[in-house]
Amino acid sequence: MKNLIEVKNIKKNYGKKEAVKGISFNVQENEILGLLGPNGSGKTTTIGMLLGLLKPTSGQIFIDNLKLENHRIEILEMINFISPYIELPKKLTVKQNLNVYAKLYKVQNIEERIEYLSEKLRIGELLNSITGELSSGQKNRVSLAKALINEPRVLLLDEPTASLDPEVGDFVRTFLEEYKKEKKISVLLASHNMSEVTRLCKSVLMMKNGEIIDQGKPDDLITKHGRSNLEEVFLKLSRSKNEFN
Amino acid sequence: MSLTRIYGLFLRHFYLITRSFPRVLDLVYWPTIQITLWGFISNFFATHTTYYNNAVGVILTCAILYDFLFRTSIGFNMLFLEEIWSRNFTNLFIAPMKIGEILTSLVITALIRSLIGLVPAVLLTSPLFGISILELGIFLFFLFLSLYIFGITLGILVSSGLLRFGPSFENIAWSTMFLLAPFGCIYYPIDTLPEVFQKIAYILPLVYIFEEARNILINQTVNIENIYNAFIWNALYFTLSIILFYYSFNAAKNRGTLINMGE
Repeated sequence: MKNLIEVKNIKKNYGKKEAVKGISFNVQENEILGLLGPNGSGKTTTIGMLLGLLKPTSGQIFIDNLKLENHRIEILEMINFISPYIELPKKLTVKQNLNVYAKLYKVQNIEERIEYLSEKLRIGELLNSITGELSSGQKNRVSLAKALINEPRVLLLDEPTASLDPEVGDFVRTFLEEYKKEKKISVLLASHNMSEVTRLCKSVLMMKNGEIIDQGKPDDLITKHGRSNLEEVFLKLSRSKNEFN
Repeated sequence: MSLTRIYGLFLRHFYLITRSFPRVLDLVYWPTIQITLWGFISNFFATHTTYYNNAVGVILTCAILYDFLFRTSIGFNMLFLEEIWSRNFTNLFIAPMKIGEILTSLVITALIRSLIGLVPAVLLTSPLFGISILELGIFLFFLFLSLYIFGITLGILVSSGLLRFGPSFENIAWSTMFLLAPFGCIYYPIDTLPEVFQKIAYILPLVYIFEEARNILINQTVNIENIYNAFIWNALYFTLSIILFYYSFNAAKNRGTLINMGE
């Protein structure tokens, strides 16, 4: 399988503080890689660097063999991002928001694309609603529609189901599984929901203090650390004093 | 440069304005109040001082020109702040938009916002005060163009500060024009200022623009040198503002401001 994301020894320092300390990983086509770690472990900084919002202090990032530093626009055309911490303009209707982003991503058949996503994400009835007046679950599905408007080959998800009720959370997970299978996209998923990670991810990276402290398939990590689920593995690694592996 | 992307970002603000009557009202309300107030002041001075004798609309014309500058600058800042307030900033900067495309779109949108406010206010001046800004003739276009460039320049400079320092720079966005106004010699000739202030005023395009507006209306002559000087200073400041914006964008990428903006 081809690597769509290649991260080579990236570091990010804020002054003397080392937020990310030289991490490397790859995400293959048709793979969901989980990015786990306690708050402040460097997950958001890593995603920020992949999105070109942060400049690595050193190291290199390649998306589909293109170096991010030299091909920012081409790369941004093929990736997208969803996070509960960013929102779409609240005063615009859902359709207006999707229309705006379709234009920013130079989507060819805008109406067709919006119709497809409306059907898949069950937001058809919301298209003429004001985005700011939607419930959390509805906003989440609309944000997901925005994140898929450009048919991204790489999708970066930062806690995509945070604050969702179990039904909507399950709907989003099922959708992501099916969409990944259908479109063969690469997904990097940062989440604190361990059952979500176990269900969706082929493999996971555990981060702590800006470093990758362990990685592997969820089942392998559970066996390796002698725990009964990924949450316990997470707690063990989070609480350990760098006694990894 | 992609026209589709420029249009896309323009649409985002167009939708915002056209969806909300209070927003349109807000754009029209302040210029109208401002110009009505200065219209009466202008009428009073025209009849009670010799300086403005035979040039009834001098103060009002300068008030209209200043308001256009003010609206353009604030309008540009508002567009940028709107993205921060709506927590849409990250979405915008992860879209495949070049900095030039973002700036071009905001520059066009700021002009339209300013005109929405200004045109009705200007139309009021004739029936209310018997004054037409069109008395400035063809040179009115150059004066407006010069003010527009300077307004955009100030907007880009403030936006650079927002990029570099984050939302805490917001208060500066509102105060820039008030800081420069005394040096701009909007309502009085430059020799009214103390000598040291005059030196500052001469390195701003504003003083040339407003001196020339008064010159045309009072003396009925045109001093091309004023218009030329205004454009030279504008070109310098505009270029500096673009350089600073790119610098701030790169600095924001180093400091992580882009990822936390709006939080």
